[in-house]
Amino acid sequence: MLEDLSHHILDIAENGVNAGADEIAIELEDCEFIRLTVKDNGRGMDEATALSVVDPFYTTRTERRVGLGLPFLKQLAELCDGEFRLSSTPGKGTLVHATFSKKSVDIPPLGDIPSSLLTLLIGHGEIHWRYVHRTGSREFVLDWDELKEALGGGDLLSDPALAMGVREYITTNIEELYT
Amino acid sequence: MTEEKKKIRSLDDLRKIKEKTGDLTSARSEEDKTKVIIGMGTCGIAAGAREIMNAVLKELEVRNLHNVAVETTGCIGMCQNEPLLDVIRPGEPRITYITVTPPDVARIISEHVVNGRIVQDKLYGRAD
Repeated sequence: MLEDLSHHILDIAENGVNAGADEIAIELEDCEFIRLTVKDNGRGMDEATALSVVDPFYTTRTERRVGLGLPFLKQLAELCDGEFRLSSTPGKGTLVHATFSKKSVDIPPLGDIPSSLLTLLIGHGEIHWRYVHRTGSREFVLDWDELKEALGGGDLLSDPALAMGVREYITTNIEELYT
Repeated sequence: MTEEKKKIRSLDDLRKIKEKTGDLTSARSEEDKTKVIIGMGTCGIAAGAREIMNAVLKELEVRNLHNVAVETTGCIGMCQNEPLLDVIRPGEPRITYITVTPPDVARIISEHVVNGRIVQDKLYGRAD
């Protein structure tokens, strides 16, 4: 359904947006295991709700807090000899953590992470986004507030050339972690 | 010596792009802008909404359009019709396009966003 990790990242981060978060941090470590963490400071969930959102037949019809994305991510992590953890505190936020063994034959590709990030930045530029991509000892950090400040603020991404430039900036910096 | 296209790597590279277009974007108020809204719920993402976003940006860049605000929205319960793309021209009703593909995006931008002609074959309905 969601064909690679970059689509999952977009989906899980959108959950955070829908939970009213104004800070969302995404971390991806690409070593022996892929470890994905998405942390938001949205309204969070109580224990019963947190347990039920990983059930594909659960839905909060009224506000659609979570779709089918979380159960699929959980299933994918478990299929890839990894683990899935969701912890949430009402009023504080939610943390989604999923790991995948790179030895697993079912490991999904990372996919187009820069396009997912750009989609989030364009859709929700008011949120304090942070993305960290780690490979062993090297890392790339995208701090949306710092980037906005460095470029003089304003509605930067309403210029399509600059929006695509930001995507290329992310692409280049992630690629360089692997060279 | 061939000059390779330099990759955008640093914040300085981004600043240079910004300097090229200058402040022409901030000169327009939000009401004068055409809105393009893409459904980005789980259903939209699974159906290819992110690729629609990419196609929209590419088309706006190619046509050098700066008076378009691109937004995203969550699931609106028409999952079977995703990807959904809405266009709102200033002072005009909201128009919803369904099962949009990247080639449709080029048509919707040139026909509707630029010239104000609704692309009938991808139309869902008017929400006015």
